[in-house]
Amino acid sequence: MKTLLKNTVAASAIAMSASVALADGKVVVYHWFEYMPQELVDKFTAETGIDVVMDTYDSNESMLASLKAGGIGTYDVSVPGDYMVKILANEGLLGTIAEGELANKGNIEAQWLDVDFDPGRKHSIPYQWGSTAFAVNRDVYQGDINTTDILFNPPAELRGKVNMLDSQGEVLAMASLHLGIPQCSTDRAQLKALDAMLQEAKTYWASFNSDTAKEVLVAGDAAAGMIYNGFSAKAREEGANVEYAFPKQGYIAWMDNVVLLKDAPNRDNALKFMDFLLDPENVATLTNWTQYSAGVKGVASLLDDALRTLPEANPPADAGPATFIEVCSEETQAIYDKIWTNVKK
Amino acid sequence: MAQRKYDIKSYRGFGAMTILCLVVLYAPLVVVTIYSFNASNSITVWEGLSLRWYVDVFSGPESAKFKLAAWNSFVIAIIASTIATAIATLAATAIVRGGKFRLRTASIGLISLPLMVPEIVTAVATLIFFNYIGFDRGLLTIVLAHIAFCIPFAYLPIAARMQGIEDSYEQAAMDLYATKRQVFTRILLPLMAPGIISGYLLSFIVSLDDFIITNFVKGAGIETLPTAIFGAVKQGIKPNIMAISTMLLAVSIIMVTISYIVSKSDNTK
Amino acid sequence: MAAQAESGGATTDTYKEARTWLLMPAWLVLLVLSLAPVSMILIYSFLTKEFRGGVIWEFSLASYDQFFFDRGLFGDEAPQIEWTYITIFWRSIWQAGAATILSLIIGFPTAYFIATRSEKVRPIWVFLVTIPYWVNLLIRTVSMKFLLRDQGPLNDFLLSIGLIDSPIHIVNTNFAVQLGLFYSYLPFMVLPIYASVERYNFALSEAAADLYATKWVTLRRILLPAVKPGVIAGCILVFVPSLGSFLAPDLLGGAKNFMIGSLIEEQFKGNAGNWPFGAAASMILLTMVLIILIVFARRQAKAEKREG
Repeated sequence: MKTLLKNTVAASAIAMSASVALADGKVVVYHWFEYMPQELVDKFTAETGIDVVMDTYDSNESMLASLKAGGIGTYDVSVPGDYMVKILANEGLLGTIAEGELANKGNIEAQWLDVDFDPGRKHSIPYQWGSTAFAVNRDVYQGDINTTDILFNPPAELRGKVNMLDSQGEVLAMASLHLGIPQCSTDRAQLKALDAMLQEAKTYWASFNSDTAKEVLVAGDAAAGMIYNGFSAKAREEGANVEYAFPKQGYIAWMDNVVLLKDAPNRDNALKFMDFLLDPENVATLTNWTQYSAGVKGVASLLDDALRTLPEANPPADAGPATFIEVCSEETQAIYDKIWTNVKK
Repeated sequence: MAQRKYDIKSYRGFGAMTILCLVVLYAPLVVVTIYSFNASNSITVWEGLSLRWYVDVFSGPESAKFKLAAWNSFVIAIIASTIATAIATLAATAIVRGGKFRLRTASIGLISLPLMVPEIVTAVATLIFFNYIGFDRGLLTIVLAHIAFCIPFAYLPIAARMQGIEDSYEQAAMDLYATKRQVFTRILLPLMAPGIISGYLLSFIVSLDDFIITNFVKGAGIETLPTAIFGAVKQGIKPNIMAISTMLLAVSIIMVTISYIVSKSDNTK
Repeated sequence: MAAQAESGGATTDTYKEARTWLLMPAWLVLLVLSLAPVSMILIYSFLTKEFRGGVIWEFSLASYDQFFFDRGLFGDEAPQIEWTYITIFWRSIWQAGAATILSLIIGFPTAYFIATRSEKVRPIWVFLVTIPYWVNLLIRTVSMKFLLRDQGPLNDFLLSIGLIDSPIHIVNTNFAVQLGLFYSYLPFMVLPIYASVERYNFALSEAAADLYATKWVTLRRILLPAVKPGVIAGCILVFVPSLGSFLAPDLLGGAKNFMIGSLIEEQFKGNAGNWPFGAAASMILLTMVLIILIVFARRQAKAEKREG
């Protein structure tokens, strides 16, 4: 029975993976699903003769869990968000890129070169970036939306019609901006205030939907919703009369990065892959497809006009600062977990 | 008499409930089918009739990925549910027709175990376990994991059915000097058919739709439809999924229609 | 399932000699792929958590302590009983129970109806019940939500025929959560019951009718006891997975409150990354399910004895 089972499965496995030819070598990429256009993958293979083997994940945290459960050593590169780069580095899951190993490293825009989550870019290169704030249905509410009150102390028109992202990190970071307290605060009074504020705010919320954050706005289930800027733009294109807010208290910036993983089995190919993704022409192809923003010099002129002038990607002059989500210490994280459980208990 | 037998069998309201059941099951699929013809990028706003998503499924730049994902899902579901159903049928025979024995309760507990543990726990634990024994992740790991959690879904309808079959038929056959093997294959298995079909179909849909466990135990380069759909967080869900779903529905409904026609034309019974 | 073990069912010992071999494949597969991982999780629940996921191999009861005792926001107050997780568990049991009853109310008549069709078309009906599940859960649920929303087709229809005056608010309510669970597992109720009723000997019903039993009495006293294994199997297949499920109920119900499943998911995939706590919560869930099933089985057995 068992050998029969093994043979059957093995036979179909061979049949199915026949398309993955054993060519010059490969690079194993752990990536988000549909976050890199196929034409770019094909171009890389055509230029270098290296096959791209892609595995996918659906959240930064599940990638971390999978790497920690034993995935490390089987992948060459992955594409974590900003705070996850730092976590991966703290966990010792990243490989180090020596100076001079990446020919195109000079292409990285200055502002993204010495980032807090990877000072000096020893492990990572920028992939795409954007912001997380919220969008408001202008048919429902016409007042000023550039304030975090929309989420945490909404005007009467929006009460009971707010959708939040189902993500502790983003909600608590936004809440900290709202209260004007630092992220990952260790001050007890501030943490208590955060807990109390969320207890009240949650009575105004209709739902926590991340997978369908765009759909609830388009369909009208929610009149205001926390959302990534790219999804807000898509909601608008799909006919919803929504406007993306840049709150004066500040908003969340995010950046996905290609990182070299520890014990990468095809390290050289991984570096070629990263170099490829620092070439302005390739990055432009990528950015025009994802509709987010690039962190590489020389891309702007190659972008579609619509993308260059996208309101969701161009904050007004009076917008608050964009801040990355910070990585809390273990003690603070334990309190954050409690606060989050209180919100959803 | 025939009239009365009809009366005995039918309960008022049961037909209506069945129709309600079918409406609940199929109404969302009507929406899926309609929106697969949507001209817009949206899965919730209607913009006009178009075949663009069907074109996209067949010849779009990403079409190969989705086709492979759909194919993988099907192959995995068929292999896993077939093996799980076979294992469950044998196990049910031992447990329902094997008399009382010491490991009986333990066996029932073991078979129901995959049902009682939340999927994410099984997912993480299985991944750690595969890594611990040095098993490379790939198609085989997915199939093995699916077989494990499909077993209880196949076992329960099969065992329930077997409990309803009195063993008089089997006894009679054995009195006529049939071997136990013959009794099993010629008497018990045919009587079990509705239970086995139910178990098979349930484990098939459980496997076909599994996301959480698959997401953890799949290896590089292997995608199933659920992982493709839930993984599309960076670009959002597009109506191409609806077009794929509609085609899957069409295929399955054509299959049912053919089997209906075949069964109708078969007048020997 | 324990119910079947305890109440015995229609067991004979026809295949006594072969039972070891018959059980061998199930044992092999499940020992390796289910019991081994679950045992590992049991061990994990008694280990020390590693920040951001993983475990440190040091014995600790911290996870169980966290589940049952509340030490305040900063963890330095005198311990009180922690109601948060008990509430989450109780809510999940309640929702799963409601979904099971809902499935039974719709599923039993459907199964019965299918089983009383002609032999040739029965498999087609069985197929019809499972075909919708070929479509991905997320897609189906998004479409379901489309139908149910305040301005959706269901409310439009009910308004137009004058059955209601204002739209029924379903999406993002508790009822929506139950509906999501019900919708996720409906065929799991229908098929086992069908497989049992199909075997039912209608001569028994006729005999009852001859003795002037009404149809509903016949249903309750004759049919239901005869098809009980199928009903129990169906209830288990809906109730138990519902306890750990969260995708469909979250989408329809708005995910405002943790279900057991989402609470445990958060420990492995969320910011928390507290594997031992997730493992402990899973073990408590597992124990709870076992207790519920055993209590249920004992009661059944007692009731059967009383009825003689």
